Amino acid sequence: MKPFAYVSAPDVATAVRVIAAEPNAKFIGGGTNLVDLMREDIEQPDTVVDITRLPLTEIEELPGGGVRVGALVRNSHLAAHRLIRTRYPVLSQAILAGASAQLRNMATVGGNLLQRTRCPYFYDGAAACNKRVPGSGCDAIGGFNRNHAVLGVSDDCIATHPSDMCVALAALDATVEVQSVRGLRRVPLADFYRLPGGTPHLETALEPDELITAVEVPELTAPSSYRKVRDRASYAFALVSVAAALEVTDGVVTDVRLALGGVAAKPWRARQAEAVLLGAPATDESFRRAAEAELEPAVGRPDNTFKIELAQRTIVATLRRLSDRSLGVGRMA
Amino acid sequence: MTTTETQSPPRERAVGQGIDRVDGPEKTTGKARFAAEFPYPDLAYAALVHATVARGRITGIDAKAAEAVTGVLSVITHLNAPVLKPAPARSMLDLSTMVSATSVNYLNTDEVHWDGQPVAVVVAESLEAARRGAALVEVTYQEFPAAVDFAAEEANAKPQKNSLLGAGSAKKGDAEAALAAAPVSVDLRFTTPPHNHNAIEPHATTAIWDGDRLTVHEGSQAIAWMRKHLALRFGIPERNVRMTSPYVGGGFGGKGLIWPGTILTALAARATGRPVRMMLTREGVYRTVGGRTPSIQRVALGAGQDGRLTALIHTSVTRSGKVGGGPEQVTGAAGHLYDAENILLQQNLVEMDLIPNTFMRAPGEAIGTFALEAAVDELAGELGVDPIELRMRNEPARNPLDGKRFAHRMLREAYALGAERFGWAERTPEPGSMRDGRWLVGMGVATAYHPSVQFTANVTARLSADGTVVVRCGFQEMGMGGATAQAQIAADELGVPYEAVRVEYGDTDLPTGPMAGGSAQTASIAASLLAACAKLKGEVLGLARRSGDSPLRGQRLAGVEARDGGLYRLDRPDSGESYEAILSRAGRPYVEAAIGAESGLGAVAGQVRFMAKFLSDQRRWVKAACGAQFCEVRVDQDTGEVRVSRWLGVFDVGRVINAKTAASQLRGGIVMGIGMALSEETLVDPRNGRVMNPGLGDYHVPVHADIPPIDIHYLDEPDPTMPLGLLGIGEVSITGVAGAIASAVHHATGKRVRDLPITLDKLL
Repeated sequence: MKPFAYVSAPDVATAVRVIAAEPNAKFIGGGTNLVDLMREDIEQPDTVVDITRLPLTEIEELPGGGVRVGALVRNSHLAAHRLIRTRYPVLSQAILAGASAQLRNMATVGGNLLQRTRCPYFYDGAAACNKRVPGSGCDAIGGFNRNHAVLGVSDDCIATHPSDMCVALAALDATVEVQSVRGLRRVPLADFYRLPGGTPHLETALEPDELITAVEVPELTAPSSYRKVRDRASYAFALVSVAAALEVTDGVVTDVRLALGGVAAKPWRARQAEAVLLGAPATDESFRRAAEAELEPAVGRPDNTFKIELAQRTIVATLRRLSDRSLGVGRMA
Repeated sequence: MTTTETQSPPRERAVGQGIDRVDGPEKTTGKARFAAEFPYPDLAYAALVHATVARGRITGIDAKAAEAVTGVLSVITHLNAPVLKPAPARSMLDLSTMVSATSVNYLNTDEVHWDGQPVAVVVAESLEAARRGAALVEVTYQEFPAAVDFAAEEANAKPQKNSLLGAGSAKKGDAEAALAAAPVSVDLRFTTPPHNHNAIEPHATTAIWDGDRLTVHEGSQAIAWMRKHLALRFGIPERNVRMTSPYVGGGFGGKGLIWPGTILTALAARATGRPVRMMLTREGVYRTVGGRTPSIQRVALGAGQDGRLTALIHTSVTRSGKVGGGPEQVTGAAGHLYDAENILLQQNLVEMDLIPNTFMRAPGEAIGTFALEAAVDELAGELGVDPIELRMRNEPARNPLDGKRFAHRMLREAYALGAERFGWAERTPEPGSMRDGRWLVGMGVATAYHPSVQFTANVTARLSADGTVVVRCGFQEMGMGGATAQAQIAADELGVPYEAVRVEYGDTDLPTGPMAGGSAQTASIAASLLAACAKLKGEVLGLARRSGDSPLRGQRLAGVEARDGGLYRLDRPDSGESYEAILSRAGRPYVEAAIGAESGLGAVAGQVRFMAKFLSDQRRWVKAACGAQFCEVRVDQDTGEVRVSRWLGVFDVGRVINAKTAASQLRGGIVMGIGMALSEETLVDPRNGRVMNPGLGDYHVPVHADIPPIDIHYLDEPDPTMPLGLLGIGEVSITGVAGAIASAVHHATGKRVRDLPITLDKLL
């Protein structure tokens, strides 16, 4: 790890002032990803600005039924919060499906949004990686890519975004609030992440001097849930995950939100599938048609082609369970 | 968790009881001092720089940036390293030569033989400075073509020759012809991936030089052999090296050989004149410590309509490194498990430009029993016979290959008991016929099998006048409970309470013990300890007989028993004396017995005696631990996720010394087998030979949530040919696990997955 200067910011104004003044500085919250990356010399900040003293730890109910979550709320706290468990089970379940209890106790909401890919070639300094060293090539495309992206990929990068929480936030139409010396702005989560294209090293809409201060989630009335499919029962990244909310009235889909994890460089909002579903009968046939529509443009590689079928099956299974629940169909195993 | 550590022990005896491990309190309170925790006032820290090419020559090393890091003391490379003598050639006449993991003369050569080989060591005042320095060392290479793609190298594999250490091939009749003629047959190809070691304690060494004397604290499974190896490499007498290994945080075979980290820590200490500590990073373990070979296996079985096997063929291709490693007994179990008329076994080996393979819990058998047992299950399916019934129809009375006697064999009993306890009768045979909601449920069985061996062990035992006993033997304790088990044995043999026995181990200053490997340590030490205890009793009885006042006067050893802290006549149980009385009267503070010959001619003679017994045992009997593995899996109908929901292992491991530690060992092997079956796989990039998942985040060992309740049962029937009747238990329980799971997955889904690990993509 490269030696670095450490600054602890007492308030938001100081934090954004320091980051604006230091050309190679990083905010540190829980540090669960940044410190790993620094140990591997992938991130080499000259200055680390500790923001854990900032007053961004509240979870507040918004007028109109939404919730505002401070950027420094710990993942475990958010998952366990009554408002989240009762109104947004999809979010609570997604967080609890990620990492380990110890990591969730440290990780913050803002840091979770900014997690970087776990592509092994990104992590290995001896490998070629356009995300780590722009223009150096991509060893993942011809290498081990079982856990890589099938949607929104480019010839320069097929890495996935690793977060579970963000998949739920994508389904929930969340908004990210960011602040800098230039002021405050709100970025819809849908616009927050960039696809790799020819610039996989540019991952978000965040400017280098901006601080995430909060995430806002609008009201949700539909039943929701999160389904994560992985290689072991805990502590593994998603091969595919599905965040879904589904309202069925008289056998017809009247509201649906669907997002996928493990399949793209960003939490993937499944708009195509939603368009197929809205107004359609809540049946396995509709779910399958919607899933096929979403995965239609997917590009598989020898190791990860299975994800295309797996994503479709997981979408169907998740929607079926939500639909059965809203129809009052008996206990599911 | 429901467990069965039952088998109520005979009254008062320590052997058989589930006694807590003697090292438990030290470990749970943090007092236990592991290899990387020995404090020295002047301690420096080391970190490795790994090669990033599989085969080549170093053309340049730029250490300037590393040397400029505050706290860095030295960057040691092949340009400035102290001279190391080459590793000794391996020889059966000196088993310590087996401890060489590779033939590479680290930092004494510009040659690179595998991606990950250490090419520099950075020594610094702090761990952080050492690691920062290591990251800044720039190495350039001239690259040479390298053989790194195992699948592509299959065609270059060569048949393994038979040797004293293991059979590369075996044959009975004409198995290919019998297979072709068999009314029912299967002929299948299986593959297993490489696996890496993930002990909780990464490999660690602390090395201190005092003149030409070297002390090494090491997490080791073979301190005596490593000591000798280090003496050879550094050109000093063996007596000048002391290795201690009081606690080892898991070994599983990965700490059985001497890997570069150990040697380079000693070298760094010599080069800098400072005590040096190096704990490998988890990545460092993957890059510098070998693992389990991958394999390609063929199992072909032919049978009559009655299910009697007429042909059994098991062949394998595995890999070693060009600079070390060797064959693994992949087809070993196939020669002992089924009474086939015609048998053909052949192991093939290809040498590659990768880190050499090494021991990993049941090397060979763990993966061999996957293919063999999965194939037996497939044959059962073809025949429409229950898989347990098929095994019973082919259970041999004598060793199928050569008609040798089994020293001990209770597979029938194991299956009968297991079937009853597991509820095998509730299994409906049709694949896909058992469901629970969205889960497809399957049940599978497989046979576990691991051969038993013994090494020599030097042991001294001292019985003091106060009735306490000290047993001294330089063996290794990796968490299995070895010290506890030997104390239980000594307590019973000498008739003293378990608490009165102290066992000293893990230090080359002690009498030389066996290596901890081959499931052999407990039996090997027990053999010498039993002899030592007999000698002690004889000496005490001799003292008593010489005294006119002793009630034991005129008694022979056969006529007395040791109990209640003394010797008592068998014919008159109230007549006898305490050790205290006998030794006090004789004016002796203690008596001591030593078993084994430590040096010079004695050592050579000991080695010859060992080989003679080894070979004679091999001629007379087939010795092995075995068992029946039962599992239930659940497969998600939509996603193909496999979860193991129930496990029962019924084992025939001879006499069990400690019910608690034995059950833990057996359970641990099953856990490791579940990882092998469902998730573990080292990703070696076939383009360049680089391991791409060197860490616990990407290399998936099972987590707690993957492990169901594991019910362990053992038959507790002593083996008549082994000391105290005990068979090794360290490895047998990993064998058969993957075969049972593959069979259960088939039962649940109707799909046969013949390539490990059984990940969900193979079931979609």
